[in-house]
Amino acid sequence: MAIPQRKTDVGPPHYKQFLPPVIQKNYGKWKYHEVINPGTMVHVGESGDKLWTVRVASPRILATDTIREQCEIAEKYCDGYLRYTTRNNVEFLVSDEKKLEPLKKELTAKGFKMGGIGYGITNVVHTQGWVHCHGACTDASGLVKAMMDELYEYFDSKRLPNKVRLAVACCVNMCGAVHCSDIAVVAVHTKVPVVKHELFKNMCELPTVIGSCPTRAISPDPANKSVKINAEKCMYCGNCFTVCPPISIKDPERDGVAIVVGGKINSLRTNPKFSKLVIPYISNEPPRWPKVVAAIKHIVEVYAKNARKHERIGEWIERIGWERFFSLANIDFTFQSIDDFTFMRDTMRTASTFKWS
Amino acid sequence: MAGKKYNTPLLDELEKGPWPSFVTEMKKAGKKSEMANDAVGHLEKCYSTKMGYWKHGGIVGVLGYGGGVIGRYSEIGNEFPGVAHFHTVRINQPSGFFYTGKALKEICDIWDKYGSGLTNVHGSTGDLVLLGTKTEHLENIFAEYSSRGWDLGGSGSALRTPSCCVGPARCEWSNYDTLDITYNLTQEFQDELHRPSFSYKFKIKSSGCACDCVAAIARADLSIIGTWKGDIKIDQAEVKNYAKTMDIKAEIVDMCPTQCINYDGKEMKINNAECSRCMHCITKMTKALRPSGERGATLCMGSKAPIVVGSLLSWVIVPFIKLEAPYTELKDLIRKIWDWWDENGKPRERIGEVIEIKGMRSFLEAIGVAPQPQQIKEPRKDPFMFYTDEDMAGFKAKEAEEKKTGKYKF
Repeated sequence: MAIPQRKTDVGPPHYKQFLPPVIQKNYGKWKYHEVINPGTMVHVGESGDKLWTVRVASPRILATDTIREQCEIAEKYCDGYLRYTTRNNVEFLVSDEKKLEPLKKELTAKGFKMGGIGYGITNVVHTQGWVHCHGACTDASGLVKAMMDELYEYFDSKRLPNKVRLAVACCVNMCGAVHCSDIAVVAVHTKVPVVKHELFKNMCELPTVIGSCPTRAISPDPANKSVKINAEKCMYCGNCFTVCPPISIKDPERDGVAIVVGGKINSLRTNPKFSKLVIPYISNEPPRWPKVVAAIKHIVEVYAKNARKHERIGEWIERIGWERFFSLANIDFTFQSIDDFTFMRDTMRTASTFKWS
Repeated sequence: MAGKKYNTPLLDELEKGPWPSFVTEMKKAGKKSEMANDAVGHLEKCYSTKMGYWKHGGIVGVLGYGGGVIGRYSEIGNEFPGVAHFHTVRINQPSGFFYTGKALKEICDIWDKYGSGLTNVHGSTGDLVLLGTKTEHLENIFAEYSSRGWDLGGSGSALRTPSCCVGPARCEWSNYDTLDITYNLTQEFQDELHRPSFSYKFKIKSSGCACDCVAAIARADLSIIGTWKGDIKIDQAEVKNYAKTMDIKAEIVDMCPTQCINYDGKEMKINNAECSRCMHCITKMTKALRPSGERGATLCMGSKAPIVVGSLLSWVIVPFIKLEAPYTELKDLIRKIWDWWDENGKPRERIGEVIEIKGMRSFLEAIGVAPQPQQIKEPRKDPFMFYTDEDMAGFKAKEAEEKKTGKYKF
């Protein structure tokens, strides 16, 4: 078949053609919604019209055949309409209540997992990892799969004081909003990169490489027509590697992950917050990263046991104090948790009022 | 398909357990595509050696565009020829991520013809991401999609594909039309999106309320957060219904950050002048409480991930703006913002960092926004500030006026 004529700058198609009739009719006129169970909610319009949403887990990496399967289900029960969430779940939009139970039955029969709505754990925002990124120091998809298998009950049934938003970043670039999650895994390098001097002069631009370093650890090395890295200043962010491939930072034995907690995006009750470092290092242990998974489950359980209703992890910790969090969670406090980068001034305790544990 | 059969004992472990498996997806695509099959073998090798093998992106793309395709090559392409070239194509998603089965299946058919059959639905920024194709297919892929009304998304130092929450399409809390504004701005700024001309990336994200379901405050250079100027309307009959299942004092009154709610066991009252519109009470009592009055948004700017000198959350620039099509005021403001950034930013500096370096004054004056206490958490605590001759003339003129009237004005 002949290739059609290309067009440029057409932009995305107009969203309206993808909205089910019940949404077009009630657009901007929804009155309220109710969560029926972790996999189902219903929105009710001022008109009295109802729209049921059935949310289904997705690994985000989808084969085209799985997308087709989702489309066929939508065609059978939802007049062809479906959407995806900002956390990469798929949602089936049902306007005819009679089709709701048959839809769920078919989803169950086909192995799709319903859940993720309300005070539990839903899909994990994550980066590409070893699947498709040059800078990855771990595999994000594998970590997510291992974590969610272990936390699955919080997706499909078990409830928490509030939602717990999880994220995985496969390097400190942190694509996505990993830095403001209730619990996030951030992969880290831990060793000063090695410069391949013989390749530097042909592949890298000296001012760009020097400018890429946030701690000014890189200086010219005229003898080698290259650069040298000051080991006392380098904190292994890998930004130099991003602008200059001959600066090699990968190290399978030393690369690992850190765990940060207490971030949030919304402004409910308290302002949005960054996640803060509590566990500085766990080795990469593919395929299932058992210690990382255990650490996350442990933090979720300590939160579930101690937080008040509606408190997010960060709000709970701010109420009890970080010193109490470390003792309750039985996590060793290390030098890495004390900021020695740009936020030090904001993070030191400038009062003698604290708890002993 | 006569692809090589890889032994994948490590990845096979990730096909066990209740959560849907990306390995199963990759293998499913691998049955139809040699590229996807080699991607499975390639990933198994990463798992066994605990390191990645992708090279930095090369410069690939389609004629006339400077972005939308991310070049990806493997260091070990000899061993895994199917992933020697494994480029990413970003397709600009429709606002709100709504699709019909017919449209999505067409996207899949084209992708199976030219690529690995692997996708991300969606990528972090919001694009529908097609993972893995070869350089020689890029023009055909672009022709097939663009002729059917789909375009590429942004990449590199350009406007990145704008995205939004579900908004008025399926949410009672949205204060403006997030879907329409996303579509409208994306169409308006096609040139900035496809042809990188900025110092670094620029992201626009639109959330209809302070719940911020698209995480605008944490990752957009321009975060458009819906809000209102008016009272929260109370349906007292519904309050009574909630009281049957909810401890309104503990869960609502005591958790209100400004303590502006009163509930005596019968009736709820809100001191609206004290309300900071955080959305806690509204989200917990959605049948009883809803905003009224003027709708619009707060414009915040500057957020980014940690690279290079630490992460930033967006901060308030314009406390309130009305947002109605054709959004002329917002578009003019965005153009002024980009002009200032263009004048002042060095390569790889996000706008938040440039505002930090050059100061809010330089930025606000350039875009014509007055200083307001809503922009800050607290005033400066150091005395190291600038006074221009105009500032001094202003202070002196004010004092001269006071001498005349005999009344101080602070």
